[in-house]
Amino acid sequence: MSTAGSLVEARTRRGDASRLGRLALIVVALAFLALILLIPVASVVAYALSEGFDVYRAALVTPDTLAAIRLTLVTAAFVVPLNTVFGVAAAWAITKFDFRGRNLLVTLIDLPFSLSPVVAGLVFILLFGSQGWFGPWFQARDISIVFAFPGIVLATVLVTFPYVARELIPVMQMHGRDAEEAAVSLGAGGWTTFFRVTLPEIRWALLYGIILCNARAMGEFGAVAVVSGHIRGQTTTMPLHVEILYNEYDLVGAFAVASVLMLLAVFTLVIKAGIETLTARQQRIRAS
Amino acid sequence: MYARTSWVQPSVLPGFGLAFGTAFAFVTLIVVIPIAALVLKAGSLPLAELWRIATEPRALASYRLSFGASLLAATLNAGFGLVVAWVLVRYRFPGRRFVDAVIDLPFALPTAVSGIALATVFGPNGWIGQWLAPFGIQVAYTWVGVVVALTLIGLPFVVRSVQPALEEVEASLEEAAESLGAGRWTVFRRVILPTIAPALATGFTLALARAVGEYGSVIFIAGNLPMRTEITPLLIVIKLEQFDYTGAAALGFVMLCMSFTMLLAINAVNAWRTRRHRGRR
Repeated sequence: MSTAGSLVEARTRRGDASRLGRLALIVVALAFLALILLIPVASVVAYALSEGFDVYRAALVTPDTLAAIRLTLVTAAFVVPLNTVFGVAAAWAITKFDFRGRNLLVTLIDLPFSLSPVVAGLVFILLFGSQGWFGPWFQARDISIVFAFPGIVLATVLVTFPYVARELIPVMQMHGRDAEEAAVSLGAGGWTTFFRVTLPEIRWALLYGIILCNARAMGEFGAVAVVSGHIRGQTTTMPLHVEILYNEYDLVGAFAVASVLMLLAVFTLVIKAGIETLTARQQRIRAS
Repeated sequence: MYARTSWVQPSVLPGFGLAFGTAFAFVTLIVVIPIAALVLKAGSLPLAELWRIATEPRALASYRLSFGASLLAATLNAGFGLVVAWVLVRYRFPGRRFVDAVIDLPFALPTAVSGIALATVFGPNGWIGQWLAPFGIQVAYTWVGVVVALTLIGLPFVVRSVQPALEEVEASLEEAAESLGAGRWTVFRRVILPTIAPALATGFTLALARAVGEYGSVIFIAGNLPMRTEITPLLIVIKLEQFDYTGAAALGFVMLCMSFTMLLAINAVNAWRTRRHRGRR
């Protein structure tokens, strides 16, 4: 009886202690997240609206801000399709075939991920700047690449290079090659196989890759800052416009534009959560 | 047709030429040629000159800050990120799903946004800064601010690496250890930690790699004083603004070497992880 009693007692004591420990850990985690993430993020909205909704709206429709929004949208409209085509092609080659140099290709795709955005901008200045390799050739033809729109697109393509490919490769590796091989041996052509067999398996990963690539492309700061030349209303994207307004002490303006960019990030996360719920449900249906 | 080219294994699947050709063209144009331009530009300098620029006191101070602050931020993330992942996997509490979703925010949030938000919130009159100021703690415009910004940037990497690993820890193993008399802390140290160590290492290296080159979220909060709060990417930008392309290329080359080192480290950690995984099966 005494052993059983002490065991129960020890259990309860341990239960109390672990409940306290559990609470302490939750508090530590939430305090850390609040300090580093939640409070700063909430402050963006608060500062943007600090002088009322009318001031907020007025800050968003100034000609320079509208020009920045337009430039950001156009840049993404070039960058995202390019990186989508590349990502699908690279993932197809890497996961469906065995060839020498595959690991090198994967490493080169991953490189932009650990590359400083500033270096990503710098390399294009060294290529297309007035002293660069191809700079004089383009200059002679009156085409500007750096400090102009093409440079912004190039730098953004480099920075967002891995995102679509990196989302697709693991999913396509997991599905293997059997389904495609079966389709081809039954007489389906290459494109039919891709659209009817591969695409349905990878569509959610592809969608998330595109959305993520888009968010990074619209939000890119360092690489674009280096190649843009900061011509107000002409070569300033939204993130650069945020910097300009902030440095001019126009806090409401800076945070107003920032809040739009933050909305983009939140939208990206909502899509991600939606995709995760969907795929989890599909897996459950398949399992049952 | 592919049988002739010996470097590709023959396959019934079509499209290798098109897919590989597209990928190869992109990688060459967007990654290889631009990076070769940087390497050759730095390589065109006499070695002594390259060394002199790369080891200027101002450059050395910037490496120390960039790397030191990144290391500290990645360590903070390894610790707190583990706690966050643990809480999210093991406990149920109100708002858990919200917290789980919010973890990815730094990944999708433009760096300029987090930059001005942190600088304002941690500034002397900011929401958090005003409570720290009476204690003489200054975050904005000091190296502490740099660490805060880099911690924010690296947060998702550790949490998202550790979460799946924690979910995989087998409950039966923990119960066995506990029934043999091990305390909670011993179970964590001897059973759980060894299982999740590779994932933790992956998260740490990814956070570190991201932090070393980070620019946008840092420059607003750093204060950017030469020798004190100036990160290496900013020094490159300053050199570019002075049209010192040679100096910028030399420092860019140093950063590129750091990127390659980080990439190797990430691959090494991943290799270790797969080996461990296979060993357990």
